[in-house]
Amino acid sequence: MESCPSIKNILLLDSEGKRVAVKYYSDDWPTNTAKETFEKAVFTKTQKTNARTEAEIAMFENCIIVYKFVQDLHFFVTGGEDENELILATVLQGFFDAVGLLLRGNADKKEALENLDLILLCLDEIVDGGIILETDANVIAGKVASNSLDAGAPLSEQTISQALASAREHLTRSLLK
Amino acid sequence: MAQPLVKKDDDRDDEAEYSPFLGIEKGAVLQEARVFNDPQLDPRRCSQVITKLLYLLNQGESFTKVEATEVFFAVTKLFQSRDIGLRRMVYLMIKELSPSADEVIIVTSSLMKDMNSKTDMYRANAIRVLCRITDGTLLTQIERYLKQAIVDKNPVVASAALVSGIHLLQTNPEIVKRWSNEVQEAVQSRAALVQFHALALLHQIRQNDRLAVSKLVTSLTRGTVRSPLAQCLLIRYTSQVIRESGSTQTGDRPFYDFLEGCLRHKAEMVIFEAARAITELNGVTSRELTPAITVLQLFLSSSKPVLRFAAVRTLNKVAMTHPMAVTNCNIDMESLISDQNRSIATLAITTLLKTGNESSVDRLMKQITNFMSDIADEFKIVVVEAIRSLCLKFPLKYRSLMNFLSNILREEGGFEYKKAIVDSIVILIRDIPDAKESGLLHLCEFIEDCEFTYLSTQILHFLGIEGPKTSDPSKYIRYIYNRVHLENATVRASAVSTLAKFGALVDSLKPRIFVLLRRCLFDSDDEVRDRATLYINTLGGDGSVVETDKDVKDFLFGSLDLPLVNLETSLKTYEPSEEPFDINSVPKEVKSQPLAEKKAPGKKPTGLGAPPAAPVSTVDAYEKLLSSIPEFANFGKLFKSSAPVELTEAETEYSVNAVKHIFDSNVVFQYNCTNTIPDQLLENVTVIVDSSEAEEFSEVLSKPVRSLPYDTPGQTFVAFEKPEGVPAVGKFSNMLKFIVKEVDPTTGETEDDGVEDEYQLEDLEVVAADYMLKVGVSNFRNAWESMGDDFERVDEYGLGPRESLAEAVSAVINLLGMQPCEGTEAVPNNSRSHTCLLSGVYIGNVRVLARISFGVDGPKDVAMKLAVRSEDEGVSDAIHEIVASG
Repeated sequence: MESCPSIKNILLLDSEGKRVAVKYYSDDWPTNTAKETFEKAVFTKTQKTNARTEAEIAMFENCIIVYKFVQDLHFFVTGGEDENELILATVLQGFFDAVGLLLRGNADKKEALENLDLILLCLDEIVDGGIILETDANVIAGKVASNSLDAGAPLSEQTISQALASAREHLTRSLLK
Repeated sequence: MAQPLVKKDDDRDDEAEYSPFLGIEKGAVLQEARVFNDPQLDPRRCSQVITKLLYLLNQGESFTKVEATEVFFAVTKLFQSRDIGLRRMVYLMIKELSPSADEVIIVTSSLMKDMNSKTDMYRANAIRVLCRITDGTLLTQIERYLKQAIVDKNPVVASAALVSGIHLLQTNPEIVKRWSNEVQEAVQSRAALVQFHALALLHQIRQNDRLAVSKLVTSLTRGTVRSPLAQCLLIRYTSQVIRESGSTQTGDRPFYDFLEGCLRHKAEMVIFEAARAITELNGVTSRELTPAITVLQLFLSSSKPVLRFAAVRTLNKVAMTHPMAVTNCNIDMESLISDQNRSIATLAITTLLKTGNESSVDRLMKQITNFMSDIADEFKIVVVEAIRSLCLKFPLKYRSLMNFLSNILREEGGFEYKKAIVDSIVILIRDIPDAKESGLLHLCEFIEDCEFTYLSTQILHFLGIEGPKTSDPSKYIRYIYNRVHLENATVRASAVSTLAKFGALVDSLKPRIFVLLRRCLFDSDDEVRDRATLYINTLGGDGSVVETDKDVKDFLFGSLDLPLVNLETSLKTYEPSEEPFDINSVPKEVKSQPLAEKKAPGKKPTGLGAPPAAPVSTVDAYEKLLSSIPEFANFGKLFKSSAPVELTEAETEYSVNAVKHIFDSNVVFQYNCTNTIPDQLLENVTVIVDSSEAEEFSEVLSKPVRSLPYDTPGQTFVAFEKPEGVPAVGKFSNMLKFIVKEVDPTTGETEDDGVEDEYQLEDLEVVAADYMLKVGVSNFRNAWESMGDDFERVDEYGLGPRESLAEAVSAVINLLGMQPCEGTEAVPNNSRSHTCLLSGVYIGNVRVLARISFGVDGPKDVAMKLAVRSEDEGVSDAIHEIVASG
């Protein structure tokens, strides 16, 4: 256990276990079939649990999976069996809250698919190749939403309210199109 | 998109089925991607198309090589646009496409421009993309920028460079290692995550340099680390340093105070990481454990499932080695049995089963019964195993535990689960005599309705051994004979064997068994018929009650004391002839891995000095070799040959190793010599042995090698006489003596004149273990009991301070030279006590069994209790003498 904490995958599935967006960082599942089998198993195993108020946790195929649901969206973060459970939970919470911010509290499958670009960017800002980049939902959402701001404003000076404003702006735009 | 095909779904639920990607199709999207080539780019449109492409990839669609290349080139056009949102999507797309080397060149300049842009978002992302797709040559070009980026004042840029560094370290370590100064500076960064990434990279750069890691940890544990993630890393590195320092002498452990301090950190992840690190320390004391257990106990009642899970999982591991330390948490654990999360509940139960005391067992079992019905098989197996060990701990409680096992045996379940239950019952029957009758009946009931052939045959075999010894064997007959009617051929054959065992052991049942066996003669399966015929004849076919003689019992119950592998090899080499196959000719020695192979990688490919592989490992080959030498013909049967002992250092002029062959009243040393000097020929090679330190031995003959050319191994032998059957020990010093002749390397001709020379070899010892054959037994307990305690000798020994328990166990095993049984040579990490079961055959063909209980006494002192049983009083004493003098 002297290695850096690492994430094996992040999954966002719908209420039937179908993919909304997934990202794998480990070679444990080399083919798409292997990935789908894993997702299906994880979904079936966790489906009946109530992970709506607090994040839940399960062990599966030598992995630890933390998960949380909202509406028809199921969020999962997977790590190795020796990983610190609380670190995984922090990543999950970061992802979960950032998606909530970006979808302006309207987190459901329809909204997520309509803003899939934001979700994908969000995944890209949380973990890079298995290494945790950022876990603070406000910062993550800020980075994703800053796309629509002017090129001039440096990221570090952006406040949370600005981040939210830009997220909101992005949303209105996607609603109008 | 509203095609008629989709209509059916629309009717059902219009709202729920809506998706912006409904009916999306790869070909169409690839067509759409042409907008990337428009002279007037529409950023929003392009973003949408990229999103669609990413959606397809995310759903598991794949692009052909041609398609990927086309998309890639089209995407590179989008660098013209100044739209930030579009640029981000372009970065994502490039990473997903993972372009080939010649394609990378196309985007390199665009990305390098972005790396030096004024916009931090561009810089951070361009660094990540470029490092993801780059190769070594390109990396040297951008190295300068990356070094700058590491110490950039913008944390996002610095983190991007550091994380990329961590990835690149795998492929281009020599380049990344040049950045350590910058990385070191970044460790001091005020931004939390930069510190985390810098620390991770710095440690990976230095991970092979223990001293550097130790220094890093020392300086950081004194300073302040801002990010909880970085603090977790530091805790991991600290435990690594503690582990590697290894010196856990009495007194305070280095860095323990730091770990303990982290238990008061404000972030839960740090508290937990520290608590876990403490519980995993090597040889952790209960005083060190207490503060960690206390915080974990608090976590147990947290409202967050993740915290509860983490705490109970860690405590569960602690309970395996330090059950007493965890008992304080028992009340909190009990409330977790009803936890919504089944993983937490299972972990809580198994922990409780490990820590519980005798009085709480009944209450616990009641709670578990309710719980078992709604968990998956995998959890049930864990519970069953925990119950098995609990029962062995509290044998008086067998009644309620056995009842529990038989109840769950009746319920539905898969093979693995049922097997776990059956195994548990079998172990309990073996270890707790009172549980035998009820346990056997439970098993009988189970095979009445068992769908697993494997389990049925296992149980029938077990019934055959244990059933006849019970007070009323006849009640089992019905269950067994029912199998003959109702089951498949495998189970029927197994049932026939079991019946025969009852017949052999219980005289009063014999006539009835004969009746049953005769009925089996008309079975449809030949194996069943064959077995029935065989048993009717061996048991005395006339059906009268005759005294069953020892041979029959041996035949039915005697364990096959041959390693199956050896039997298989012997049968394969047996050629059908007049002479029947002799089972006594099968070697009994368990073959160990050839020693020579381990050393092989370090040697030159020519295999210099390595003795020929085949004769080294196999006992039969030695036997063949020795019997081919007439001088040794009258020594009798070879008892044992040792593994080769190296008498020279590796890479010396002459390489010699020796094998000790033990006979009843002789010992033969076989010296395998190899000449490693190309221009020399050795003649008349002998080994002069000085046996002055081995009083009971006297040299009888020495057999030289006539000629030893370069790189061709030759064997010289020296034989000794020793008192018959006595395990004499001693030390022998060896001198290699030979005549050297020069060889002309060009012509290969040898000069006529030689020079006499000597070469000092290392000493060779004959030790007690040389008189012991490694012969395993499959069921130690049965063997132990059937041996009886007539010649049992028990004594206790202190082994003094030892490096670890495992080291002490393996030292004793090596000293005795016996075969560890049932995997007891493996010592679990952190355990404070261990029982090792050994079996062997001592010179004179005397079976020996030993049961050794080790315990750690004080910080490092190991003590052991050795119980030896054998067929000869003298041998039991001899084993004790070996240990006492070892």
